[in-house]
Amino acid sequence: MHIMEGYLPVTHCIAWAAASAPFVILGARRITRVVREHPEVKLLLAASGAYVFILSALKMPSVTGSCSHPTGTGLAASLFGPTVTTVLSAIVLLFQALLLAHGGLTTLGANIFSMGIVGPFVAYGLFHGLKSAGLGAAIAIFFAATLGDLSTYVVTSFQLAFAFPDPASGIAGAAAKFLGVFAITQVPLAISEGLLTVVVWNLLNKYSKGEIATLAILSRRAA
Amino acid sequence: MMKRNLLLLLAVIVLAVGPLLIHGRDGAEFTGSDDQAEAMITQIQPDYQRWAVPIWEPPSGEIESLLFALQAAIGAGLLGYYFGRRRAQSEAKGGSAPNALQDAVH
Repeated sequence: MHIMEGYLPVTHCIAWAAASAPFVILGARRITRVVREHPEVKLLLAASGAYVFILSALKMPSVTGSCSHPTGTGLAASLFGPTVTTVLSAIVLLFQALLLAHGGLTTLGANIFSMGIVGPFVAYGLFHGLKSAGLGAAIAIFFAATLGDLSTYVVTSFQLAFAFPDPASGIAGAAAKFLGVFAITQVPLAISEGLLTVVVWNLLNKYSKGEIATLAILSRRAA
Repeated sequence: MMKRNLLLLLAVIVLAVGPLLIHGRDGAEFTGSDDQAEAMITQIQPDYQRWAVPIWEPPSGEIESLLFALQAAIGAGLLGYYFGRRRAQSEAKGGSAPNALQDAVH
């Protein structure tokens, strides 16, 4: 889902960076506040970031005969909220842009928007929405992680379609083409991410009840 | 819980190995979707001029996989440290340490 260095027109790069910047700032402030008020969740925050690190490094084969990687953002978004996850994603995207030539600095804003903002907001909304609709937390986090992952790739497809509309069929036609590349490939990977996130959730429920309770209170107070 | 987690992990393995079996003989190349998107851009707009290149690129595929493995290893190390620590704490609090075998059965 990483749009590569130099593969978005300058105006698009600036626009996506401007759209993403406020979320990074909000997230950084929220992290500072959460860590100051509840230092006991600091290690879980690091572990959630570590989960993004692991999953976004795993390039997995898909039914389409091509490879892609999950995002790993659904866990952090469900636990800490979406803007905290924006910061974690930005760190991973920066690591990959600088050391792996994967993604890029010019496209960082666009990539933060898909992986660090839309995906986490979808995951956060689904996790808390499905839970208040009466579903179990494990089922809720499965859908949160799976659809958060998928939505990131849908956003990337549209970002590319806006930048490169098809000469004949326009933005919609280009979106269909990019969705054909990204979205279908991503379906089994997104399900894998959902399943793995349930595994981590189960472990958290067993060993980290105190932190989960603290975070549940936090998330009721502010998104 | 451990049994359920093992089943979930098994499902992930099936999802990862399945595509390799499905495309076992049709010559699928399993290239990255990012590269395919790049090819799609060139197809839609052949005259697009890439205006920036990465500051540094891994000199070979091996170095690239080294760095990807490093990324996953950092993450896995930290996650493993977290759960190891929490497990030790919950055992210390709970008095008698539940052993791994019991965990696997329940």
